[in-house]
Amino acid sequence: MKAWLIALSAIVTRENLRFVRQRGRFLAALVRPLVWLIVFAAGFRAALGVSIIPPYQTYITYEVYILPGLCGMIQLFNGMQSSLSLVYDQEMGSMRLLLTSPLPRWWLLFSKLLAGVIVSILQVAVFLAIAALTGITVPPIGYVAVLPALVISGLMLGALGLLVSSTVRQLENFAGVMNFVIFPMFFLSSALYPLWKMAESSPLLRDICALNPFTYAVELIRFALYGELNLTALAWVSVCFVLFMLAALWGYDPARAMLRSKA
Amino acid sequence: MIGLEISHVSYSYGSFKALDDVSFSVEPGRFCALLGPNGAGKSTLFALLTRLIATGEGHISVAGFDIARDPRAALARIGVVFQQPTLDLDMTVRRNLRYFAGLHGLSGRQAASAIEAALTQLGMAERADEQVRALNGGHRRRMEIARALIHGPQILLLDEPTVGLDAASRQAITDHVHVLAESGLAVLWATHLVDEIRPTDQVVVLHRGKVLSNSSAEDLAGGQGLAKAFLSMTAEGREVPV
Repeated sequence: MKAWLIALSAIVTRENLRFVRQRGRFLAALVRPLVWLIVFAAGFRAALGVSIIPPYQTYITYEVYILPGLCGMIQLFNGMQSSLSLVYDQEMGSMRLLLTSPLPRWWLLFSKLLAGVIVSILQVAVFLAIAALTGITVPPIGYVAVLPALVISGLMLGALGLLVSSTVRQLENFAGVMNFVIFPMFFLSSALYPLWKMAESSPLLRDICALNPFTYAVELIRFALYGELNLTALAWVSVCFVLFMLAALWGYDPARAMLRSKA
Repeated sequence: MIGLEISHVSYSYGSFKALDDVSFSVEPGRFCALLGPNGAGKSTLFALLTRLIATGEGHISVAGFDIARDPRAALARIGVVFQQPTLDLDMTVRRNLRYFAGLHGLSGRQAASAIEAALTQLGMAERADEQVRALNGGHRRRMEIARALIHGPQILLLDEPTVGLDAASRQAITDHVHVLAESGLAVLWATHLVDEIRPTDQVVVLHRGKVLSNSSAEDLAGGQGLAKAFLSMTAEGREVPV
């Protein structure tokens, strides 16, 4: 068991060192949600009124509403990005090295996912700090309570990324994943608008949003930011994580990645 | 058998048969060159030996452990140097090696002393704190060989490790690995360059997925020179025995 933890720690350390050194990636990961928070939310504040819904105790501004969704967005992008790089060429060499470890393959892939999650939590922490500086805050307890929520939502989104990139051949680049996975998941969720608002314009879209695992990741984060536990969201996110991880492990085929790298 | 044993191994990518009934073994203390032109199946064989892919046809035994039945014990006894560099260029040599040591369950003092020993063995100890990006190709390769030795493997696999290196670096790396073989490791060195092979080395010629010959370099050369013997065996249009 000690060897397993040593390997996990080695993988997490490496991913974090790599991330800190890649300043461009770090900035991009921050600028994206900040543009949404500062520009998009300012424009939509007037158009969208958000009534009192749990976990909020009072009327809130639109910026406050989309804060958890943008945390989820950071994790969504990060999960897809790290899983894609894990499967495709640029990481093929280091992936081969990783798989020469005598530890079980599932543990190595899980460690890789967890390392990506920790990177995403660093991004979310900086994002929340900048948001706080602009006056968008949550109760102090929320900054602590959100950590476990971010771990489980990050794992679920990372496993989804792994599943998508290892099984869907057509999605061979990030643009494809953006168009067919990230954008639909993000827009068809409760990240930008509450589901009751969506139901007003289209009950069908509302139902689709209600099936989207990303909705539950966002709600898990939203409630945690206010020190509350949304059990339904936790159950959905946990079940989806297990399913995605099992499917990804089943679908992950190094031979295919090897053939691709030879091509 | 303590070394490496490959018996009746076949592997196909769809309808393309990359390896066809491949059998040979490498004993401890031997330098075995796996000689074959591009596309012979060398990289596929390496992928099987490192458990990157698996086959239901044939058996591979590493230091007495069947790689299909006991992959973890087998992998723990293999050191690998891949054809494609697998280094983090922006990290130091030591940091790269520490990551690898971690993957094999080594940490703290145990990892530090294993890293020090491996770097010293390859004459790289003084470069431990340099960034990999600052190293030349030959030193990077040496570092990868040192990395492959950290966990004390019994088998060392090298997949065309001299690709892209100048003549002096190639010579130095070939010499280093021969010394490692003499110290007791079973070495499997994939190459298509005959000048990396010494007369007493074992040579397995692989062509279109089949083993054409398994003997010492001297015997294979048969007085006409190894290059000529290899070219005549693998010349285009030559039929592969069925």
